[in-house]
Amino acid sequence: MTTGAAPVPPTAEAGSLPGVTRSARPTAWLGGLGVGVVVLLAFMPSIVSQADTSILLNFFILLTMSSMWNLLAGYAGMVSIGQQAFVGLGAYTVLVLADGGFSPVAAIPIAALVCAALSVPISLLVFRLRGGYFAIATWVVADAASLVISSIGSLGGGTGKPVPGMSGLSPKSFEQVTYWAALAVVVVAVGMTYALLRSRLGLVLAAVRDNEVGARSAGARVVTARRIVYLVAALGCGAAGALLAVSQLNVQPASVFNVQWSAEMIFVTMIGGIGTIEGPILGSVVFFLLQQNLAHEGAWYLIIFGALAVVIAIWAPRGLWGTATAKLRVQLFPVGYHVGRTRRRGRPGSAPPAPPAPPVASTA
Amino acid sequence: MSWLNAIIQGILTGGFYALFACGLSLLFGVMGIINLAHGDLAVIAGYVAVLLIPETHVPVVWSFVVVVPIFAVGGYILQRTLLQASLDRDPFTTLLVTFGLSVVAENALLEAFSSNGQSLNIGSLIAYSFNPTTSISLSYFSLTVLGVAVVVLGALQLFLSRTGTGRLIRAVADDKEAAQLVGVNYRHIFGIAAAIAFATVALAGIASGMYTEFAPTSGPANLLFAFESVVIGGIGSLWGTLVGGIVLGVAQQIGAQINPAYQVLAGHIVFLAVLAVRPRGLFGLRTSS
Repeated sequence: MTTGAAPVPPTAEAGSLPGVTRSARPTAWLGGLGVGVVVLLAFMPSIVSQADTSILLNFFILLTMSSMWNLLAGYAGMVSIGQQAFVGLGAYTVLVLADGGFSPVAAIPIAALVCAALSVPISLLVFRLRGGYFAIATWVVADAASLVISSIGSLGGGTGKPVPGMSGLSPKSFEQVTYWAALAVVVVAVGMTYALLRSRLGLVLAAVRDNEVGARSAGARVVTARRIVYLVAALGCGAAGALLAVSQLNVQPASVFNVQWSAEMIFVTMIGGIGTIEGPILGSVVFFLLQQNLAHEGAWYLIIFGALAVVIAIWAPRGLWGTATAKLRVQLFPVGYHVGRTRRRGRPGSAPPAPPAPPVASTA
Repeated sequence: MSWLNAIIQGILTGGFYALFACGLSLLFGVMGIINLAHGDLAVIAGYVAVLLIPETHVPVVWSFVVVVPIFAVGGYILQRTLLQASLDRDPFTTLLVTFGLSVVAENALLEAFSSNGQSLNIGSLIAYSFNPTTSISLSYFSLTVLGVAVVVLGALQLFLSRTGTGRLIRAVADDKEAAQLVGVNYRHIFGIAAAIAFATVALAGIASGMYTEFAPTSGPANLLFAFESVVIGGIGSLWGTLVGGIVLGVAQQIGAQINPAYQVLAGHIVFLAVLAVRPRGLFGLRTSS
């Protein structure tokens, strides 16, 4: 990784220091469970109805976006209200490539990379502001991107344009292809978040979150770490936007650049549990349950969901997942370090192992 | 001559933006919070006026006399309850809470009033203008708003520098723990600052509601323009906010002169250019952050 000198995790090599593990409990079986869930989800289009497949597809898109926002805000401390910039730019990249004769599905990874590339110059501007000013500046950038795209006549202007290139598929295979593309994107997004947080970068982020001054003085390259996270979040949101374009077969600036995407990402993450990988998953499930039940009540699901997010932010800031697992110390995605069992690993004849240290709060 | 007119209209629009922005600037200066629901508050003020005018039989022009005090009280109460609770956590929570409130407010207004635009009709008063030449038109209403913005900013400046409460607000903004040690109830002071901020944004919302239409979805645009005025003028400078509002207004009107579709975009581009070239704004104070 290029994040520079990160604080080195304590290891259990010298004497009888307490052992450090990734997880409070053995969780190897969870990997198998995860693979099983993904395989089961892959067969869903043949099992459930077309309407349910479509709901699952939108669930994957929302989960991809919220995982990215969680990475930004929950791990790197950056509250962006402008992630819809990358959702929109991802969707429009698909449109441009499809207009040029490219397969829309194959355009999804390209759209993600285009968004990642665009995030670099954008970050140079918005990183000049911090906190709330950063938040609104990202919103301005998203609004500007939307206005620029709307003024380009060949992209359909303000009314948007249909995405060509999928008409050769039968409705059934179109449904399956878009579903699998969304499943692939969400698996890569969550997997990438997990891998990133277990890497040196994850350590830098944890150190910055716990004590920014301390992390800086220990040599952590805080700005570089934030830049990488911003880039990854643009990549993921771009892929989610590309999926929107492919699955809806129509791109409209007012829809793909809508700040509602950021609102949903934020609420899902806050309600599920910010700063945990599991949080956005649980939050997305809650969101879809609520949305399905209030589908006929207009904007009420957003009112209820927003109010719930406000209440949780103030009175249960760990969210549903964090609150539920605070005592159990269960992690489906172990990204922190736990100081727990004492292992004897040292010179022969050294002191007998100390009694097991009491469990200490994890770092994640 | 139409370019000169565009610049003059831009300066007049700057008065609206400065009025929108001073509450945002005050809340950030005193409590260090960014109120993301700021733009929606202006919209709510418009709808409150729409609801109250038939009830109270107040002439539309004077509706702010009723709405502004309601907003001041509402601001104090909201600050002492929800906003203080989120502030007690951290600035991060405050940001998310105000954003949540913004989305809730916008959708609640949509449910209650539909997405149709509304306006506060003050009849022929809006049409009076001063025309030095045939192509230049200075609306008396916009001139009044610019004057009100200057008066509000000046009064705020005097209030903060000359009065006892103003001194308390500045003391709490500098160091709330130290202020508390000498007996200041900083929560009450925060409430007063929020009351002032809510009052000014209500005034801005009503002024803009008389001048143009507003809809439940107008909030974010209000917020973005207010924010751009603050950053262009320089964070922490009240008079800079007025200049920032004018710069933004002029940029938008010149953009609209080129192509009506470029009005808002031109403002965003000037904002981003200021951010790139002079991130502390035109009158920004040099700070360590």
